Amino acid sequence: MARQVTKQRKIGMTVLAWAVGLLIFFPILWTFLTSFKTELTAISIPPQFMFFDWTTENYSTINSQANYFHFMANSIYLALGSTLLGLLFAIPAAWAMAFSPTPRTKDILLWMLSTKMLPAVGVYIPIYLLFINLGLLDSRFGLIVVLFLINLPIMVWMLYTYFKEIPVDILEAARMDGASLRQEITQVLTPMAVPGIASTVLLNVILAWNEAFWTLNLTTTDAAPLTAFIASYSSPQGNFYAKLSAASMLAIAPILVVGWFSQKQLVRGLTFGAVK
Amino acid sequence: MGKIQLQSVTKAFGGVKVIPDLDLDIENGEFVVFVGPSGCGKSTLLRLIAGLEDTTSGTISIDGKDATHLPPAQRRLAMVFQSYALYPHMSVRKNIAFPLKMAGRNKQEIDKRVDNAAKILNLADYIDRRPGQLSGGQRQRVAIGRAIVREPAAFLFDEPLSNLDAALRVGMRLEISELHQRLKTTMIYVTHDQVEAMTMADKIVVLRAGNIEQVGSPLELYTKPRNTFVAGFIGSPKMNLMGGSDAKSHNADMIGVRPEHIDLSQSEGQWKGEVKVSEHLGSDTFLHVQTSDHSEPLTVRAGGEFPVHAGDTVYMTPQQDKIHRFDGKGLALR
Ligand SMILES: Nc1ncnc2c1ncn2[C@@H]1O[C@H](COP(=O)(O)OP(=O)(O)O)[C@@H](O)[C@H]1O
Ligand SMILES: [Mg+2]
Repeated sequence: MARQVTKQRKIGMTVLAWAVGLLIFFPILWTFLTSFKTELTAISIPPQFMFFDWTTENYSTINSQANYFHFMANSIYLALGSTLLGLLFAIPAAWAMAFSPTPRTKDILLWMLSTKMLPAVGVYIPIYLLFINLGLLDSRFGLIVVLFLINLPIMVWMLYTYFKEIPVDILEAARMDGASLRQEITQVLTPMAVPGIASTVLLNVILAWNEAFWTLNLTTTDAAPLTAFIASYSSPQGNFYAKLSAASMLAIAPILVVGWFSQKQLVRGLTFGAVK
Repeated sequence: MGKIQLQSVTKAFGGVKVIPDLDLDIENGEFVVFVGPSGCGKSTLLRLIAGLEDTTSGTISIDGKDATHLPPAQRRLAMVFQSYALYPHMSVRKNIAFPLKMAGRNKQEIDKRVDNAAKILNLADYIDRRPGQLSGGQRQRVAIGRAIVREPAAFLFDEPLSNLDAALRVGMRLEISELHQRLKTTMIYVTHDQVEAMTMADKIVVLRAGNIEQVGSPLELYTKPRNTFVAGFIGSPKMNLMGGSDAKSHNADMIGVRPEHIDLSQSEGQWKGEVKVSEHLGSDTFLHVQTSDHSEPLTVRAGGEFPVHAGDTVYMTPQQDKIHRFDGKGLALR
């Protein structure tokens, strides 16, 4: 029997969906609004919603105080660098797991993913010491390696789910046609997996962009990305909510735009390919 | 050249022996068909020859040279897959050119050979399209085109027609046969369809559970099946097999008579039965007749139109010189 979808039910679902959507979106909206308030209005009780004197003062103060583009450039370096490095390792790894699996392949995948369940702070001391010894503190290269490693399990897993959908016949045809392993991966597999690789890249850029434990703890100035930029407005002298909000808006703006234009790929990525 | 020899080849997946022990010689220029029911190991055998699977033991040699451990690309074999396995991100032209590009041929030669293949297979109209924009039959042609440009020692086909509709299948069957006559290259063709096997093959290899049941020309298999399995598998509709007193009177445990070797009459004959179903094809009429002597209905072919209907009584007599005799193990008695 087909399920009855009554009009009331449809309206109910729509309202609920909007409510949940707004609830999730609310913090960003609030940050956005606060960023246009004066510091005083920002902490006024009761809070002011829309009707206050809008000001762009916070944005200009921030720009004169700190070099936004320095942080932004670092964020771009870290996000792209760690993602590209990740692809270099994750594509061959996912190829092997998808097309040449052993009975243990699934276990290895789960084990890799399980490393994500370890709280980062648990390995903070060893990594910090390692960074000191190698002279990597506050270096972009050091952070790129760390971000690459913490996101590698997710990249491998995502690419694996995409590769699984590619018919193995096509790779075998390439093998019969004389393609070497490298040619098989670069000329046949990769072009076919472009959509999957694209959403993997996207998700990892976002994860790396937002990563705020290692980026805050392993940098001071030279390699500091936008996360550090935001954090600097939550300072010992007290919280500057309005400026903090303006900094946050500036930090998330680029990624928000990217995310908006690639919603479809992102949903696919976040659900590990479960949505068709 | 394309002479392929398999010696004591075995293949196991984990603990499961899919090919227990197999010897086979394929001569240069032959059209060999592997036929057998689904799951009997036809594809596995073809993939062993292609090098896409490693043998568990035994040797495979191509043109006298041991190829057992050669990677697929070095065996000079071209394969056409059931799914066509075209590269979806490349145009038809690029698909066909791919093996030549991998072999490092120069652009001039690639263009010449691709154009030649396109001409042979009538691909010119859609040479710049992507595989996704082609019909099943067109994709099949492209897959064949990609195989022939390499001028391989042998072609391997794995059920290449099973994704096509019936009319197209007959057409492509003819085209592949013509291609073989034109190129005279060894072809190994896998199918579960005995009609394809009978119509295309120089030599048929009948497989069951990874074992070769019989090797021979289509006519040999039809007239002298080595056992009841081959007898039942080759020929359409199936041979009627019967034991009991019919077999005893021929000094055998089992006898078989093909539907086309039973004479029908409406007045007298050896067996009397009632027509259960009559299939009128125009050129032939097939009757399924239940007798009191046999548990299974007999299938009988009447040439042309035979005016009987379900429920009618008919008499049947097997042609004595066309009766196949088998022993208790199912092996043919000669
Ligand atoms: N990669 C594999 N791993 C395990 N078993 C396999 C594999 N490939 C084939 N088989 C098994 O081998 C048998 C023969 O398969 P196949 O050669 O594909 O049969 P056919 O092509 O005649 O239908 C089947 O029982 C199948 O399940
Ligand atoms: Mg098969």
